[in-house]
Amino acid sequence: MIKKIFKLLLLLFFFNLISYSFVKADNSKVDEISKNLRCLICQGQSVYDSNSDFALSVKTLISQKLDAGNSEDDIYNFLKSKYGDWIVYEPEINKYTLLLWLMPLFLFIFGGLLIVKKLFINRT
Amino acid sequence: MRIKFSYIFVFLITAFILLIFFKSLFEDKSYVPKKINNKIENISIEEFYSGNNLMLKELINDEKYIIINIWASWCIPCRQEHQYLKNISKITDFKMIGLNYKDKKENAEKFLEELGNPYDVILRDKNGTKSIFFGAFGVPETFIIDSELNIVRKYIGPLNLENQVEIEKLLK
Amino acid sequence: MLNLIGNYSLILALITSFILLFLSIKNFKSDSNLNFGIVVSISLQSILICISFLTLLFSFIISDFSNLAVYNNSHTTKPMFYRISGTWGNHEGSLLLWLLVLSLFISIFVFRTKKLLISFRILTIFFQQLIITGFLLFIIFTSNPFQLIIPTPTEGLGLNPILQDPALAIHPPILYLGYVGTSIIFSSSLAALVCRYTNKEWASDLKKWTLISWIFLTLGIMLGSIWAYYELGWGGFWFWDPVENVSLMPWFCLTALLHCTSVLEKRSNLKSWTIILALSTFILSMSGTFLVRSGILNSVHTFANDPERGIFVLIFLTVLILISLTIYFKYNDIEKLTRSFLLSKESAIVINNWFMMYFLGVVLVGTIYPIFLEVITKEKISVGPPYFNQLIIPFLIPFLFIMAIGPKLDWIKNKKFDAKFTKIILLILSILISYLIAKNFNTQVLYSTLLISAALYLFFISITDLKNEKLKLSQKVSHTAFSILIISIILNSLFSEEVSVNLKKGEEKQLSNYLLKFENISKMEIDNFTSLKAEIHVIHNDNKLKFYPELRLYKVPETITSEAAIKTSLFSDNLVVVNYLKDTNYLNIRYQKKPFMLLIWLSAIMLAVGGLIGLKKNFK
Repeated sequence: MIKKIFKLLLLLFFFNLISYSFVKADNSKVDEISKNLRCLICQGQSVYDSNSDFALSVKTLISQKLDAGNSEDDIYNFLKSKYGDWIVYEPEINKYTLLLWLMPLFLFIFGGLLIVKKLFINRT
Repeated sequence: MRIKFSYIFVFLITAFILLIFFKSLFEDKSYVPKKINNKIENISIEEFYSGNNLMLKELINDEKYIIINIWASWCIPCRQEHQYLKNISKITDFKMIGLNYKDKKENAEKFLEELGNPYDVILRDKNGTKSIFFGAFGVPETFIIDSELNIVRKYIGPLNLENQVEIEKLLK
Repeated sequence: MLNLIGNYSLILALITSFILLFLSIKNFKSDSNLNFGIVVSISLQSILICISFLTLLFSFIISDFSNLAVYNNSHTTKPMFYRISGTWGNHEGSLLLWLLVLSLFISIFVFRTKKLLISFRILTIFFQQLIITGFLLFIIFTSNPFQLIIPTPTEGLGLNPILQDPALAIHPPILYLGYVGTSIIFSSSLAALVCRYTNKEWASDLKKWTLISWIFLTLGIMLGSIWAYYELGWGGFWFWDPVENVSLMPWFCLTALLHCTSVLEKRSNLKSWTIILALSTFILSMSGTFLVRSGILNSVHTFANDPERGIFVLIFLTVLILISLTIYFKYNDIEKLTRSFLLSKESAIVINNWFMMYFLGVVLVGTIYPIFLEVITKEKISVGPPYFNQLIIPFLIPFLFIMAIGPKLDWIKNKKFDAKFTKIILLILSILISYLIAKNFNTQVLYSTLLISAALYLFFISITDLKNEKLKLSQKVSHTAFSILIISIILNSLFSEEVSVNLKKGEEKQLSNYLLKFENISKMEIDNFTSLKAEIHVIHNDNKLKFYPELRLYKVPETITSEAAIKTSLFSDNLVVVNYLKDTNYLNIRYQKKPFMLLIWLSAIMLAVGGLIGLKKNFK
């Protein structure tokens, strides 16, 4: 028992070392935002991943807007007003996308109820 | 009874899904932001020759509409549409503005020398960011905007004869 | 000549199919041995399909450009390895491979299940032949790999360079083995339903096929991900791209089925649910094929689109669904479920299934919702990584905790939940460490803490359980592997770092605490492309790393691909990708530090190894 705990502590210590060897991830805001935008030229890629002229310009514009003090949401809204909701990878909740967000959750609740009913209540 | 009900229920859902799949076979899959119809901010853009910054509103005097055409010398379709731009530019009481997109100045000048210059004013978008304000994502694209900077018409890709006739009708 | 052989063996295989359908209906009632004719026809069919596949393979190897598929996808300058993989790197060839695996699997089924009920075996053959017939018709009429071009061209068009990658060369066959394995699960479930053979014997046979498909599917998905990581060169390995999602859906279903069959095997419970899962797995695989091949999904992985093919697959899919629904509702008796106790292995498995179905639901809805929205309202939206992350990751937390506790519960009822001292210590320690990890970056401390502690807790429990002899080895290995996989993925996404800069040859730039130097660039002509190799130095804390990322300019077809330079170590990957900036002599240089990449691949392999151990045990 004691041996076991000792081994574990060793393991934990080791893990701790790893976790401390990392500095705080310092990724640029531009990358973060452009990962959530879909490129209009190569439509399977994000703006971040794409090297098309359009994607490069959008990245430049994002950094300009950030420098001018715009927030992340300002930038998403600006781009949505220019290119439509399609450009963002995270669809905002509106009448068109309500089901998109709720359906999986309904499924989860429904599944839970079904399990409780079938396995724990109905039978003896 | 209960089985019959769930059979019908599951059957209907599946039928619905398959129907949608069937219909989507004939949908156009790639996305083009066609319908977005909005106002352009009054931004400043660099003038091609002088390098001075101009506000968009300064370009509009008393014209009802102006045309903004995004082009580049490296863009092959731009050559195709150039003749239609020249035809349209023969109408006098409006302005045609060229927005030179991510281009080298020498190349752009050569392009205009070779094919003629239909533009009243040429602006320059060195890094492509200004075009984003118009909602453009490639070259060529052509916009007709009114004096309040609302986009009235938008043409993605090279103009053709049909577009030319349509634009002329609108402007006259 | 080759084309003729290939074509005729396909047509003969189709005829054999019809014979088999006829024979299996005729002999359904016989209760003696399996009809000799059936055995012969099945072997014959496999041989015929094998011949036609080998013919195509041979045409690719000798670059026989009189074949349209070879002309479209091959080139004489292509290395032999990629000529071979070119066979299945295209639509027609990949379908033929799929067909080959289908027929091989049914042959294996026939020879390996001699002990099972004879009418069940015949019916399984019947349903499997239905699928094979469908595929044969599809191949012969819409995607024939043996089309002639006259006159014969002297040179081919080449294989898309982005597909010329070792991981991608073996990715499709492995993935298809997984997909096709689910077809046997499907046929066998329908047959079992009709014969009322849904008992323990059947369950243990089903489990083998489930395990086989699951192992291949796991490896297939991993290889696809490795390909994306090395070849697409964006430093990511999972993009929630529709084509990736499509392969993930049957995986969730199979994982659920894998656990569920144990309940059926041990306790004769959850019959209907097992059947539903078994049927949906194959239907999901087929729908996935439909979505990918018809080009309905807008994805990076593009296949040639052809509405005619789409319609064919859709009809096939409709027939399959109709058959399975009708048979299910006709033959499935209302099952008297045995009551379960909350703290039993059975409920842990049910809860596993519940979560698996939820994950499946999220991926399914996220993938096909845009299609529905577009058809119904003409609105176009994109559903991408933020959606999937937000809906899946929070649910991982309880899922991982349950996964840690579940395996040790007894089948029927746990007398008392023995909260051992060690377990609690482990839990507290997991939370503590996770807090320390999460604290390093400010955002969402609580959330990350919970997530990492759940994963760590599962890891610790699995590690301590490794010695527990009451548990199955396969389960221990897989659960440990899964915990490492999740931890690696989480830490990878939290601690990845990257800097990007545009530099000319000879320039250098300091970015945060990295100094990037563009030292040199060299040009070389290789087989079928021109290689531009850059030498990039990255200096971090007096530590100098040299990278040689590459740009490849392919001639046929004309494309530029970017090969990342990756330095892999056990705990961290360092990679540099360069990209060409048009009309300038600058290169865009992107340096990324991705922790735990190797562990992600290793743990995925370990996951599959766990499955393999289980399979071996089942064959004893």
